[in-house]
Amino acid sequence: MIDQFPALIIVAPLLGAFLTPIIGWRYRQLCRPWALMILAIPLYAAGGALLQVIRSGPFGYNLGGWAPPWGIEYRIDHLSGLMLVLIAAIGLLAAINAKPGVSMDLKGKEPHFYTLLLLQITGLMGIVITGDLFNIFVFLEISSLSGYGLIAHGEDGAPMATFNYIIIGTIGASFYLLGVGYLYMATGSLNIADLAAILPNLYHSKMILVGFAFFTTGVAIKMGLFPLHVWMPDAYTTAPGPVSTLIAPLMTKVAAYIMIRIMFTLFQPDFSISVVPVATILGWMAVVAIIVGGIKALAQTDIKRMVTYIMIAEVGYIVMGVSVMNRPGLTGAILHIVNDACMIFGLFLIIGAISYKGHGREIYHFQNLNKKMPFTMAAFVIVALSMCGIPPACGFFSKWYLIMGTIVAKQWVFSITLLCSSLVNAVLFFRIIEKAYLAPLGGGAHGHDDDHEEEVIVRDEAPASMLIPILITAAIIIILGPLSGKIIAAVIQHAVPAAF
Amino acid sequence: MGEVIYSAKPLWAVLVSMIAAFLILLTGEKHRNLREGWTILAALIKFGLVFSLIEPVLAGKTIEYTLITLLPGVALQFRVDAFGLLFGVVAATLWIPTSFYSIGYVRTLKEHGQSRYFFCFAMCLSSAIGVAFAGNLLTLLIFYEILTIATWPLVVHHEDESAIMGGRKYLVYTLTAGCTLLLAIGITYSLTGTLNFTSGGFIAGHGSPGLLILLLAMFIAGFGVKAGIMPFHEWLPSAMVAPTPVSALLHAVGVVKAGVFGCVRVILFVFGPELLHQLGVWTILAGVVAFTVVVAGLLALGQDHLKRRLAFSTINNLALIILGVSLLSKNSMTGGILHLANHAFMKITLFFCAGAIYAKTHKDHVSQLDGLGRQMPFTFAAFTIAAMGLCGLPPVNGFISKWFLCLGAVETHQIIFLFVILTSAMLDVAFFFPIIYNGYFKKPLPDVAPKIDEAPMLMVIPLCMTAIFCIILGIMPNAFLNFFNIVRLAVANVLGG
Repeated sequence: MIDQFPALIIVAPLLGAFLTPIIGWRYRQLCRPWALMILAIPLYAAGGALLQVIRSGPFGYNLGGWAPPWGIEYRIDHLSGLMLVLIAAIGLLAAINAKPGVSMDLKGKEPHFYTLLLLQITGLMGIVITGDLFNIFVFLEISSLSGYGLIAHGEDGAPMATFNYIIIGTIGASFYLLGVGYLYMATGSLNIADLAAILPNLYHSKMILVGFAFFTTGVAIKMGLFPLHVWMPDAYTTAPGPVSTLIAPLMTKVAAYIMIRIMFTLFQPDFSISVVPVATILGWMAVVAIIVGGIKALAQTDIKRMVTYIMIAEVGYIVMGVSVMNRPGLTGAILHIVNDACMIFGLFLIIGAISYKGHGREIYHFQNLNKKMPFTMAAFVIVALSMCGIPPACGFFSKWYLIMGTIVAKQWVFSITLLCSSLVNAVLFFRIIEKAYLAPLGGGAHGHDDDHEEEVIVRDEAPASMLIPILITAAIIIILGPLSGKIIAAVIQHAVPAAF
Repeated sequence: MGEVIYSAKPLWAVLVSMIAAFLILLTGEKHRNLREGWTILAALIKFGLVFSLIEPVLAGKTIEYTLITLLPGVALQFRVDAFGLLFGVVAATLWIPTSFYSIGYVRTLKEHGQSRYFFCFAMCLSSAIGVAFAGNLLTLLIFYEILTIATWPLVVHHEDESAIMGGRKYLVYTLTAGCTLLLAIGITYSLTGTLNFTSGGFIAGHGSPGLLILLLAMFIAGFGVKAGIMPFHEWLPSAMVAPTPVSALLHAVGVVKAGVFGCVRVILFVFGPELLHQLGVWTILAGVVAFTVVVAGLLALGQDHLKRRLAFSTINNLALIILGVSLLSKNSMTGGILHLANHAFMKITLFFCAGAIYAKTHKDHVSQLDGLGRQMPFTFAAFTIAAMGLCGLPPVNGFISKWFLCLGAVETHQIIFLFVILTSAMLDVAFFFPIIYNGYFKKPLPDVAPKIDEAPMLMVIPLCMTAIFCIILGIMPNAFLNFFNIVRLAVANVLGG
């Protein structure tokens, strides 16, 4: 059984996705339990695979028994194991959370939603698990196409946003494919491990350089790295609640994973420093992304749109950690992939719950929300503090490692950008917390009990299927913080190239 | 250093009020007596735990507890040495009277959001003890940041415009300071690979003098914000919009003393006296804080709002503590560290009095206090005792710490600092005695009751207790809590013998 875990991770959701419409044909309400059951399998298998990696190191799985480099190899090492668990866990929680949102936004379309959800998870897991460059492209397209389908179901403006996303996303994927093509022309191989062995002799070949450029640009589009982010805010803001909850935290992080794979596994880290100065370029792009993302976020009054701009800044964090090319920086980047996925997931969960309860997404709609939805808002405070990098929440620790990376690289501008960005986050979130918890500004002083006894605010908390994932995510955010030392020792430090 | 004891007591001392905080939230407004019961219970348990640490520490032992490894070589670790214990004892001791006082205060004024208030209060205490017992810079920073956040709801408690603005100002100052500290600690870690406090410092021999001076400036700026060192003091008077018990415990003991504590930790346990002498920056540092001492005193003169005046007096005294430590001589350090404890007792008394006056009469300006001493004799007596202490008059405890500060200034042959300390005492007289004079000798205002009409007992008893304690500590500095011995031990540890 354990030998087949890698296959199970992909096959279960893929088959499940194909069976969902059949089940939904007659019994629409069965789709959700079915999807939950299916999603539990890859979570279990991914957990098993990660434990196996921790115990006995990375291992491969030859799909269909064909040996690499001819057959497709699934390769699970520390980094992909971690990503698998992350995707599976968020996927499952998102599916649990989806019920009320789907019944509101996507009434009657349950089979569509759960089919595409399972396909999305399949695609994301596939990208992470496979050891084959072309296979990554295939899974990237599976996840992107299902993503387009899901997002297009959203509110007014969603079709237009999806169209934008399709065009830009397809360009990104094509660039990636072109990169694969150039590498294949030069080497005749598609297996990452095989390529990594062949490539060092060809580092100065024009073909390789062009291929690398296509890779980086394509992945940067998928990741939403400034200035290639333009599709992102519209797509994630207009998507239905349960959809943005699923896609937003994962898609950018998986793209960041591809980038780390290309820069550190496919190519030697040296390549990005000495052959082409891509690390430096990425670093400064990250600075701009963080600054622009922060400023644009400050300008938003719709909290969902605000979070999408924060995501652009957070992508900048990850790219910055990668770009400084040292151990703490890359550790921080990988840790931030995990932490940020949890935080963004938490934010979208909370926004979904608030919208479901009929509250608007503008900041002024948050007035008195702490009395109406105390648990949701308590979770919101935790996520917000984590985003500001307040310990002991997990955001602090990834920020710590990222800053350590910039200090070791002596890139002081980078360190200051990171610190300023966490202050910007503090402004962004405290203005909402202020709104939700305090009396309106200028509404007159009422310091005492008897002044506002007339206005009775009824508690109206989100349904359990939304509240439970929210509270679990908030708890994870707090627990991940102090545990980050353990996670790094067990997993992430092995994902960092030994040369650092 | 002597023997190390491994014990979970420091952890429990931190956790007990955190657990109480959540019990408070669960109990809620409906069962307010039970809710207040949790506060009192936690305060007593915490005091017991901290008190039980005094004996082993005085015997030269260190109590250590490691929770979890955060970075290679750095753990979430508690380590109780004499200096940390001093701050811990002060905070834990003063939480008890403040708890009773708070109950009296919020009930008299029928404050809203009392559960939130007590929840945040308990969280603050928890993190203050965390700061005191932190064994390394990262643990210190973690609790320091929790303290920052947990204080914010207390600052904005009244939810009116000045409270919200005061809260925003508070956050801007303190969060920026937190970021500066994070960068400073990151650089320290990348230089040395360790963050554990060591008596006499651990950073010597790493990095160029220029970088070390920059690092020291970042640390002092980072911790100095909470300690109210000028020009980073502006948030403190604005934060006086908080309910008075908050000002009392947090803006006289918890928050600001955490800033001072951090400064002292950095000066003595990260850099160390020797390195500071080598770098030659201690005079600059002492100069900056001496400037704060004098200017804060002058600014206090101009404040008519009682709590704002006390806030400037706080800034003045905090700078005095750091001045004592940065003079780096044995007696000045003794005086500075001892003043950390003594000032807490005196200032909390003054704030208690200001709160009692406000709760009873809704007066909060110095010019409104004419003749109020006849109506509230106990409150004014306590106020007088504490104010005398801050002016450095015997037999109140402030005299002892100021005496050592003066001795230290003479010891370093920097007579200018002696003048600074004496000038500050003069200024203390100049801004405290008018209050006392107004209260006792001026013709009573028409709304002053002709007979004794004090604030509720729950407020008057705590403030009398702390005032009496100030006198006891002035006569016997070692009474009950062994403050003087703890300070002596802390200084001896730093100076290596």
